Amino acid sequence: MIACREAAERLWSYLDRNIDQAQEDELEQHLGLCRHCCGELEFAKQVRNKLSASADTPLAPTARARLQKFVQRLGER
Amino acid sequence: MYVHAAAETAEPFATLVEPHLDYLYAFARKLCGERTVAEDLVQDTLVRAFRAGDSLRNRERPRYWLTKILLSASADRRRKEAPHEHDVPLEDERFSLFDTLAEEDPLPYSDRLHLDFLDLFDDDSLTASLQQIHVAHRTALVLAYVYGYKAREIAELTGTTTGTVLARLYRGRKQLEKALWEYAKQRGLLKGEPRR
Repeated sequence: MIACREAAERLWSYLDRNIDQAQEDELEQHLGLCRHCCGELEFAKQVRNKLSASADTPLAPTARARLQKFVQRLGER
Repeated sequence: MYVHAAAETAEPFATLVEPHLDYLYAFARKLCGERTVAEDLVQDTLVRAFRAGDSLRNRERPRYWLTKILLSASADRRRKEAPHEHDVPLEDERFSLFDTLAEEDPLPYSDRLHLDFLDLFDDDSLTASLQQIHVAHRTALVLAYVYGYKAREIAELTGTTTGTVLARLYRGRKQLEKALWEYAKQRGLLKGEPRR
């Protein structure tokens, strides 16, 4: 069975589905027996959620107005 | 190639790009940190997109097309500003934020320690933490985990191989863990640290 360090290195690739079947099987076998690495997996999911939640940051109205004006001026050229 | 077969149908430039202004600005901000620099980078991107002409516009995936232009504009700026930028080695590849939080227990009275730690970060502090990561790793990280691009798309967008992208993502994740921890410590967000 793989050790915790190796398991931890594979967690994000596992969540990304960028891991081959043999490595995935080894990791899942490890996760089935290791509470610590299950915690790490959960935390990796939380960090990913934090990053993806930041995608929807809206543009400040003043900055949007400036950029829209810039686009309009470009279009008028 | 970004030549679309039906590119002859003229569409006003503003109609094509305005739905993506929020995205372009948010992406630029995560890449370069400062609001004014981000806005400048978006303007540069818009000028390049406009000059590319109708035949070069990808009407099926305008966001992807604009992303590629923004990355190119950003790379050109960096070459001018920091032509000798090198990869920054990680001091300790074994650093684990999960373990560090469990060992240091830096938040008082928390029964959901790891989640509470992440809740300390709003968009500004997350953006500031991302700036501590090497730009190649930061770019891959933002494209993959903020905007959901696949590794092969990131490779295409950044002109490298999928293998290199996967390596950058790995290092970027480790650097992000370290950057979040250091930011929280330096800003006094943790117990026992003076708040700044």
